[in-house]
Amino acid sequence: MNYKMVGRFLAQILAVEGAFMVPAAVVSFVCGEVQAFQAFLWSLSIICLAVMGLYLFCRKTESRFYAKEGLVCAGISWIVMGLLGCLPFFLSGEIPSYLDALFEIVSGFTTTGASILPKVEGMSKGLLYWRSFSHWLGGMGVLVFLLAIIPAGGRGRGYTMHILRAESPGPNVGKLVPKMKDTAKILYLIYILLTVLNVVFLLIGKMPVFDAVCTAFGTAGTGGFGIRNDSIAGYSPYLQNVCTVFMLLFGVNFSCYYLLLMRKFKNVFRDEELRMYLGVVIGSIVLIVWNLKGFYGTLGETVRHAAFQVASIMTTTGFATTDFDLWPSFSKAVLLSLMVVGACAGSTGGGLKCGRALLLLKSLRRNIRKVLHPQKVQIVRNNGQMVDEKVLENTNAYLAAYVVIVLLSFIVISLDGFSITTNISAVLACFNNIGPGFDAVGPTCNFAAYSPLSKIVLIADMLAGRLEIFPILILFSRSTWSHS
Amino acid sequence: MKILIAGDGKVGAFLTRELSAAGYDITLIDSKQKVLESSIERYDVMAIRGNCASMDILEQAGVKDADLMIAATSADEINLLSCLTAHSMNPDIHTIARIRNPEYSEQIYRMRGRFGLSLAVNPEKQAAIEIEHLLKYPGFLKRDTFAKGRVEIVELRINGESKLKDVALNDLNTIAGCKVLVCIVLRKGQAIAPDGNFVLREGDRIFVTAPTDNMTILLKNLGIITHKVKRVMICGGGRISFYLAWQLRRSGVKVQIIEKNYERCLELTDKLPDVCVVHGDASSQSLLESEGIEKCDALITMTGMDEQNIIISLYGNSSGVSQVITKIAHLEHTQIIENLPLGSIISPKDLCANAIVRYVRAMHNQTGAAITVHGIADGHAEALEFLVEPTTRYCGVPLKDVQVKRNVLIASISHKARTEIPDGESSFDAGDTVIVVSSREEVIYQLNDIFE
Repeated sequence: MNYKMVGRFLAQILAVEGAFMVPAAVVSFVCGEVQAFQAFLWSLSIICLAVMGLYLFCRKTESRFYAKEGLVCAGISWIVMGLLGCLPFFLSGEIPSYLDALFEIVSGFTTTGASILPKVEGMSKGLLYWRSFSHWLGGMGVLVFLLAIIPAGGRGRGYTMHILRAESPGPNVGKLVPKMKDTAKILYLIYILLTVLNVVFLLIGKMPVFDAVCTAFGTAGTGGFGIRNDSIAGYSPYLQNVCTVFMLLFGVNFSCYYLLLMRKFKNVFRDEELRMYLGVVIGSIVLIVWNLKGFYGTLGETVRHAAFQVASIMTTTGFATTDFDLWPSFSKAVLLSLMVVGACAGSTGGGLKCGRALLLLKSLRRNIRKVLHPQKVQIVRNNGQMVDEKVLENTNAYLAAYVVIVLLSFIVISLDGFSITTNISAVLACFNNIGPGFDAVGPTCNFAAYSPLSKIVLIADMLAGRLEIFPILILFSRSTWSHS
Repeated sequence: MKILIAGDGKVGAFLTRELSAAGYDITLIDSKQKVLESSIERYDVMAIRGNCASMDILEQAGVKDADLMIAATSADEINLLSCLTAHSMNPDIHTIARIRNPEYSEQIYRMRGRFGLSLAVNPEKQAAIEIEHLLKYPGFLKRDTFAKGRVEIVELRINGESKLKDVALNDLNTIAGCKVLVCIVLRKGQAIAPDGNFVLREGDRIFVTAPTDNMTILLKNLGIITHKVKRVMICGGGRISFYLAWQLRRSGVKVQIIEKNYERCLELTDKLPDVCVVHGDASSQSLLESEGIEKCDALITMTGMDEQNIIISLYGNSSGVSQVITKIAHLEHTQIIENLPLGSIISPKDLCANAIVRYVRAMHNQTGAAITVHGIADGHAEALEFLVEPTTRYCGVPLKDVQVKRNVLIASISHKARTEIPDGESSFDAGDTVIVVSSREEVIYQLNDIFE
């Protein structure tokens, strides 16, 4: 392990975090929130000190990055970002417990949107802005952002695929263009462009500017922090529909947008993951609309709510326009399944990812056929290309790790005595970065009632879910820290 | 005519034999002294040792006054480079390259101008096309078409149950129910030009000419049923198998390939989505059985070893597969193989060399040259298609008054749309197409060569 390397990388990440905290501080200053502004100043000073300390200690090192360092950097950066990023909430006293503040900000960075706040409207504007902005930053990834801005050549030479791979969701992460820096830039440009579009469409629907910006941040990162207690329910149907569309857009693999820009329309339309994603969305909407017959006044309203909830859960955003905890069991079961499937690989969404689910289904089909005709050579194809056995192996290992972590977390948080529905949906909602679950953690409730131990477990789940398990898992492996 | 042959392997040696016998000036280029020596000892040719793609060596070989360059080394890239080099040193030269890699076939076709290629031959692809033809028209061992598909020469085997067994050729037309002509009989490895009193025996392979329309009548009357091939098993997953499977799956035939090498299996599965690729040893009977050999309409043995192909084909024949095709690449066509029930035998290298020889012939004499040449009866005879020109002798003379050389036969005459099997009263005129079958040693370049 090259500790100094990791330390220097951490310094850069924290500098980015600090830089992004400044606009939030400005918002509090403009709104005249003295306490919050002071909290921001204190937090910024602490971050500055940390950056300088790390930089002084770790300045002299060769910048060589291997797979292990990439994973460790991703894991540690996200943890430290959470530890320092929650300071404004804690120092301002608006979230009195440090653990709750940590839960809130990790939930933000990992684009989960699970909250411990009983009254969102009571928060000061600056802190609400920071809370929503953490979604936007965490959605595409801070490390990817760093890759986009650090100078090419020279020191940047060392930061290779390993970082993108560690932070970007999906079974096989690829570059769009030969240079890492350009790839990261293209991703962020598409991301910013879509976010701006989202804001514009919300403003057209006469949403207040502050609300529009925060909602767009939550949508873009597929996070789900609302700035009102009732999430999106209080806004007009037009605004809700805009949210539905943009949530779905942010759940699509970003390389599809790049292909669209490159005018390779065929590749996009033939993309199997995209087809599956849209197929599952439409199928689920139809099923839920059918199941909700007579639940709402008109068919239009039913479709609107069903589409919104399906988009919100499938893309792992977690906004709500209605209390879907009151829906019939079948609809809830559909939503619970969507939580596991998640959005497309390479999007800002979480979950198992459509691409991975597709690979798992295909390799399952292959294995069944293999039993019937053992000597026939059978391969798994994705978009007409042969999928490497190693990718399939990794995907299977991922599923195993996924199941084990979900089960262990479920058992641990069950100590608190909530219902089984509450606990399993809480774990799934955190691990898949969705936010609201069912029953006691449903869309109108929050996670405040859990014990500190459960909160720590859920924080770990959120991080593991966002970073696709392995960057967090290897932090617990002894061989990561040994010198050999 | 001066010809350079680069690469003295199997194809090179075959070409050297054929072309030096035809009296061309041959210069061989190869990097191995040993093979060159054996060629010099056997044939009247010159040999140069070295890299056939290098300018120096080509210069030494006299590329500047050569008329044709044939690149037949085992590497496609070297063949291309040497043709390109030869063409840049002598823009008038004709070049023929052997290109085998399927991944190149498309670009070779598009870029042949830039590579300076006159002809690209792909032995494996040709073999695959040949096999596909055989599968489409089962019952024939081999089938060649002439005169834009209006005339055919097919090979038939006289086996124990054949209606033609012990029949004199004079009675053939009554049994066949139409006018057909036996041009060559292959008996015990010898080509015989039969006359009317010749009696067919079991084990003979006969080469029959008939207009394409009559062919169906012939087959029906001989009791050879033509059925559509629906399921094909290919043993060995080499290049021919790949081309063949590619062709067959497009015409909706179910194809199964058995291949030993797992990596190759993966590659084939990747490239041929609807083909069932089985990993295993095709010489194992139990595997063939479990893969359902008896349900196949055709078995094609394409492994790298001739001996294995023979064994598998014999097994296939004994399990009742109706059509068997065997690849024999290295073994000489000996009499032992001849008498085995191996079905049709395919030799890719011969096919490739034949294509090249045909090109050379056509090039040799642009006017009056044969339009198509097919080697038949294992190369013991040739069928040539000529266009009758005003300069051709005996135009309009009944054939009974025309003196034709021994062992040469006029197999058919096509007047515009009408094709006839000629008798003594027939005659040809300028503009007609004539097919001549010759089992003579010397080469026939023009139609006038057949007359005494």
